[in-house]
Amino acid sequence: MPMDSKEIARLIKARFPDAEVTIRDLAGDGDHFAAHVVAKEFLGKTRVQQHKMVYDALEGRMGGVLHALALTTAAPKS
Amino acid sequence: MSEQAVHDWIRKAIANNDVVLFMKGTKTFPQCGFSSQVAQILGHMGVDYKDVNVLEDMAIRDGIKSFSDWPTIPQLYVKGEFVGGCDIVREMFQQGELQHLFDDKGVNYDRAKMTA
Repeated sequence: MPMDSKEIARLIKARFPDAEVTIRDLAGDGDHFAAHVVAKEFLGKTRVQQHKMVYDALEGRMGGVLHALALTTAAPKS
Repeated sequence: MSEQAVHDWIRKAIANNDVVLFMKGTKTFPQCGFSSQVAQILGHMGVDYKDVNVLEDMAIRDGIKSFSDWPTIPQLYVKGEFVGGCDIVREMFQQGELQHLFDDKGVNYDRAKMTA
């Protein structure tokens, strides 16, 4: 049950409306994605916390229908 | 095994070993690309670590996710603390942060290799 990259972006944007979200479909199979998320909500958070926030936004799909999402996160540079 | 018992087992494993990698497969025979990447990084750094193959025990496979509140495997623990999954470990390694973490925590690795 592959996911659409637009759907991934939509879920992340719903949680972080001002975030810069870049999704790449790595294999073109709708199953291997790389996401880069830059959000002000990440300021002062550790990497683990930042990734958890994105996983939360994906509402349990990570590790389930979404097996392969390579994630990088960052707070915006001031 | 109850979830409580699994969490106790995990707690003991990460207390008794400085570096523990919960992974799919083993360090010599990883069975998932993400687990393989982390095993390769640790191997490259010459870190002595304990590998726990979650594919051998469904209770641990589920239990490690609830233990750390982290949805995926692999999971790396250093001195009892959750460090991250594949993406975070790779990023930390590339930026030299993993080496700093091991230095801070007093974990041995092959420093000569890292400065080469």
